[in-house]
Amino acid sequence: MTQEIISTLSAHICSEMLKQPQRQLSPDEALISSGVIDSFHLVDLALFVEDTYGVVIDDSELNKDTFDNLNQLVDLIQIRQA
Amino acid sequence: MKTFSEVLKAYYLEQPEKVALYLLESGHEDGSVDYRDLIDGAAAYARAIKEQGIQQGEVVILILQHGRDLINAFFGAILHGAIPAIMPFLTEKLLPERYRADLASLVSITKPSAVVTYPEFLSEVQAALKPDDSVRAVIVSDQVPASITPDFDTLGSLKCSPEDIVFLQHSSGTTGLQKGVALSHQAVFNQVENYAQSLHMNAEDVVVSWLPLYHDMGLIAGFLMPILSGTPLVLMSPFEWVRAPYRLMQAVSKYRGTLSWLPNFAYNFCAKRIRDRHLQGVDLSSWRSISNCSEPMRWESHQKFYERFKDYGLKYEALNTCYAMAENVFAVTQGGVDGPVTVDVIDREAFQTRWIAQPAEGDEGTIKMLSAGLPIPKTEVAILGKDRDVLADRQVGEVALRSDCMLTEYYHRPDATEKAFHQGWYLTGDYGYRVAGELYVSGRKKDMIIVGGKNVYPQDLEELAMEVPGVHAGRVSAFGIFNEEEGTEDVVIVAEVDTKDDNERSQIADGIRQVITRGSAIALRQVHIVDLKWLVKTSSGKNARLANRDKYLKETST
Repeated sequence: MTQEIISTLSAHICSEMLKQPQRQLSPDEALISSGVIDSFHLVDLALFVEDTYGVVIDDSELNKDTFDNLNQLVDLIQIRQA
Repeated sequence: MKTFSEVLKAYYLEQPEKVALYLLESGHEDGSVDYRDLIDGAAAYARAIKEQGIQQGEVVILILQHGRDLINAFFGAILHGAIPAIMPFLTEKLLPERYRADLASLVSITKPSAVVTYPEFLSEVQAALKPDDSVRAVIVSDQVPASITPDFDTLGSLKCSPEDIVFLQHSSGTTGLQKGVALSHQAVFNQVENYAQSLHMNAEDVVVSWLPLYHDMGLIAGFLMPILSGTPLVLMSPFEWVRAPYRLMQAVSKYRGTLSWLPNFAYNFCAKRIRDRHLQGVDLSSWRSISNCSEPMRWESHQKFYERFKDYGLKYEALNTCYAMAENVFAVTQGGVDGPVTVDVIDREAFQTRWIAQPAEGDEGTIKMLSAGLPIPKTEVAILGKDRDVLADRQVGEVALRSDCMLTEYYHRPDATEKAFHQGWYLTGDYGYRVAGELYVSGRKKDMIIVGGKNVYPQDLEELAMEVPGVHAGRVSAFGIFNEEEGTEDVVIVAEVDTKDDNERSQIADGIRQVITRGSAIALRQVHIVDLKWLVKTSSGKNARLANRDKYLKETST
């Protein structure tokens, strides 16, 4: 399940945001602190997560302290789903 | 004839309890700042600047986060008679080294005497300064008291005259920071007065803004105009808006906001990224003028915005347009206040090949142009041809203007100042045409890319890309391509490389993406890695960005 979420998120980020559909993100790759995802895309990512996994991410959580890589984002999703 | 200090002093003495602004910060209750608070806060900075021995007419660079300190330091420098210039602060994605280089570039031309910054950023500022440069003092915000009672008799600004420079405005990036637009007290007051007439500003008005203060739209329309004219301002941080765009709607609803300014991308951004659950109970019916400004205005963006928010009371007539630039303090024209914004449907072929904006006959091959409206009072607009002759209606040429609110000069840049004018007309570098007095802006002469309302110089991005191993000097081209979905330009970089290996190429592309994002705070949408000799050069060997852009579009559309 975790693996599946990671690959869905990675595919979405790479194709929709980075426009590099062939690329794959590793689960511990820094996304926000490294500048891979900018603040515009952060909102999109939150909307995608909400729509896909039925969990709510508050705007105050859109920062590197809440999640900076896919592993942390998946943890957040799974905690919310539980 | 008046100065900032005289106007602020009058508010202080006559209407100290009138609210100047509401500051919105997530996680905090909204704070209200009356004119007494505002000027007491500014007075503390005026004293701190004075104590450092900064003289009247010397430049003070402000590098502060959006909030009270920035506001206080800005007005404080002015109360002391110094010239503030706001520089963006470092965000988490921008590389410190790059920021330092930008700051050093600003210091070398502008020669500021002091820098005001916040404690966490002090070491960055110190790292950018050199022993022999012009900066004599670095003031840290936590060393300045929150407020003191001003002594108007000893304020340095009392000696200021209305013709003196009151502040400098820069656009971003290494290139932009080298060209500070110097504005006088008088020019700013003339703009505020002229523009208020165009907007029919009245006692019911409330300005709502999330725009950064280091940008002319944020600094003038979303900050100084309301404060100087006594119009309540609701101010939120651009960093919070981008994470929670719905807050703009909630603020307009709560404070019965009437006036706002947005860059074109924000229409698309709000339409796409605001959830119904955040709009419960929101009423936008008070919003009477939302001016689309600072990047090319799109009819489609207005439609998207209207469709998304009409059920929440948004009026179609509220969708206005504005053409503005720091060199005219802010607004040049305004459309939509006295009637709906004119939409001019023109023939694409005639426009592109013959430079004529000919009304279209059918539905095929047309462009929908949004009018930027009529010039504001005391601003004249002309369209100039290649020989700088004044062109007739519907002929496309360079937009030129003259007014009573023009810049004094590009600070310490007599060369740039001289080049910008022709027989008293300021040459904007934008292309456009006029019909019945209204201005339509159709493009720009310079290679400048406008992304998310921010001017980006392609040469800055190219310089950054050249830092990546495997990328060579002179073999990179940066340009913008309009993204219909987002309502703004995407930045594209094409780089010639020696290697044919796909892995190495993808590493280089990643490297470029990272260095651009961290070096310019611009997210790069596309990196196109190509073989040697791909790039088009001009006859003199210069980067032909427009030709490269066309070539890229052809290559990627197949």
